[in-house]
Amino acid sequence: MPEQFKLILKHVDAPGYTPDIECYMRHGGYEALKLALATAPRDLPDGKKLTPKEVVREDVKASGLRGRGGAGFSAGLKWSFVDRRSGKPIYLICNADESEPGTFKDRQIIHKDPHQLIEGMIISCWANDVKLAYIYIRGEMPRGAKLLEQALAEAREKGFLGKDILGSGNDLEIYVHRGAGAYICGEETGLIESLEGKRAYPRIKPPYFPAVLGLYMCPTIVNNVETLCHVKHIVTMGAANYAKLGTPNNTGTRIVSLSGDVQRPGYYEIEVGKVTIGELINDPDFGGGLRPGRSLKAVIPGGSSSKVLKAGEVFKLNRKGADGQMTKVDVPLLDLPYDFDSLQQAGTMSGSSAIIVLDDSRSMVDTLANLSEFYAHESCGQCTPCREGALWLAKGLHRLSHGEGRKEDAAYLSHIAQNIQGRTICAFGEAASWPVLSFVKKFRDEFEAKGAADEEARAKATGPAHGTRTAASSNQH
Amino acid sequence: MSFAVPAPLEARLDELTTHYPQKRSASLMFLHALQEHFGHISDEAVEWTARKLGLTPINVHELVTFYPMFRQQPLGKTHVKVCRTLSCALAGGAEVRAHFCEKLGLDAHAHAPQTTSDGKFTVEFVECLAACGSAPVVLVNEDLHEKVTAAKADAILRTGK
Ligand SMILES: Cc1cc2nc3c(=O)[nH]c(=O)nc-3n(C[C@H](O)[C@H](O)[C@H](O)COP(=O)(O)O)c2cc1C
Ligand code: SF4
Ligand code: FES
Repeated sequence: MPEQFKLILKHVDAPGYTPDIECYMRHGGYEALKLALATAPRDLPDGKKLTPKEVVREDVKASGLRGRGGAGFSAGLKWSFVDRRSGKPIYLICNADESEPGTFKDRQIIHKDPHQLIEGMIISCWANDVKLAYIYIRGEMPRGAKLLEQALAEAREKGFLGKDILGSGNDLEIYVHRGAGAYICGEETGLIESLEGKRAYPRIKPPYFPAVLGLYMCPTIVNNVETLCHVKHIVTMGAANYAKLGTPNNTGTRIVSLSGDVQRPGYYEIEVGKVTIGELINDPDFGGGLRPGRSLKAVIPGGSSSKVLKAGEVFKLNRKGADGQMTKVDVPLLDLPYDFDSLQQAGTMSGSSAIIVLDDSRSMVDTLANLSEFYAHESCGQCTPCREGALWLAKGLHRLSHGEGRKEDAAYLSHIAQNIQGRTICAFGEAASWPVLSFVKKFRDEFEAKGAADEEARAKATGPAHGTRTAASSNQH
Repeated sequence: MSFAVPAPLEARLDELTTHYPQKRSASLMFLHALQEHFGHISDEAVEWTARKLGLTPINVHELVTFYPMFRQQPLGKTHVKVCRTLSCALAGGAEVRAHFCEKLGLDAHAHAPQTTSDGKFTVEFVECLAACGSAPVVLVNEDLHEKVTAAKADAILRTGK
């Protein structure tokens, strides 16, 4: 039986659990911080000695923790890229912009257990010599922003923030910064520009890697809310024990946001890779299956930007056999383990770990039209292919979903999408084109049939004039 | 109408600028606070913010026009933001918005934000509010309403929140 594993969500929704610091500390809160500050230096076999901060950074690397914001990049490796020689201050930013359609996990932490995030941030800041950090929270979470401000004030009062934290000689301030309704602020360099008080225009990489040239052109760490929470648990459990959770290279737990056509939409924390997509959708403890009489049509597996998977698809996955050799095995969609690597091998991504389920009552044309309108609205407008292309896609799909389609629209839409991806400053270009490319490729018949039906309906409506004349002229021969 | 920022608000904003090594960073937080107080961002508010943060008005104006949450016109007292994006659409978000519009005598097909003539309500479509598991959702001023039905929508209209 697949089960939830509640590490991050342990107290969330528990009866009587409140977001204030007293409640948090009654449940063992801020013990991980004390543990981290008391870390002993470590002697390495090669005679080198790690400082306590280096020990925690190494442990985060050894834990295998991968970013929970979208790209799934190793958190420890990201921290190791930070330029520590520049002499400039190092900043840390918590990405609480949560705006990828389908995703609603960070919201739960922010509103129901804000101190868990703050403790994770304090440990991460201490380990990285950060003295000033921000929580960039999306503008549409005003209550969350106030809760976080309240929680930060409480932590300050207890001496977990401010000067000389718990007598450790380390200073740290964390402030809340509110966005104002733009999805692109979730992209880390757009976020940095926004935090600098500018339009959230993403920066081009290279050279503007945040680890080197981030906030105010200083080295900067940007991590997702959930990622930073995990740091606390790595410290408590130890890297080796943490790495036993989940599956190799996909360690720990992860909160999955499940929405769309299931009976029990919601957020479910699982050990990464220990639960399959089918179980998430159908198990009574998870999605509880589709509505009565419905069958599965498609799954958007990792937020709206991920490539869609079609019901009945079978994927070739690498699996280590008993002899240690890698072999390719066939894995049907519903048996795909929900983890970073399996979804990547299936040609898509686990992204923000948001699953949107579509049943057989749904039109793929209308579904894609809805998503494309989102991307057209959210393009920041810096790159021509993205700004224009996202609009064309949305317009084309609007036509197709409103009875004005053409047979060639399927090809037209793919052509536009192909000319966006890879030609833009930031990954939004891919985010806008991948849904289009995958929907049209996997449901091509449906797109072409809709265009053809629209053409036919129009031909009927405008009368037989054109058609008969052609027929008459050919009769003359 | 003359533009005056009350002293307590100005003091709060002055404190905010100390959160950042560079004052310009406080612009979004300034605009949020001014919009909350005045109901929208006027040209005077833009100029005032620019003066306080050592910027030119265009530096601030370009934020107001970029970030969807900022408004250059006053809106209704109760601001109803209905999520338009996929999970909510699958659960009937468009119908919820149409219900609000019909009840308020607004055009259910217009795309932009619309305000009732008595200035009480503004209805608009917004993008995913990060609450897709309890779709369809509506943000009413600062309060999130989940699994919104026609009955819940009517309650929002009755109470204004
Ligand atoms: C268009 C776009 C939107 C993004 N939105 C978010 C977001 O809302 N929240 C988030 O944590 N990361 C988002 N990301 C990913 C961030 O750029 C960044 O990789 C992430 O915050 C890093 O944190 P992590 O390593 O802990 O996952 C987005 C990326 C792109 C390209
Ligand atoms: S890809 Fe799109 S969102 Fe990203 S920088 Fe270019 S225009 Fe802006
Ligand atoms: S789609 Fe409506 S809240 Fe996410």
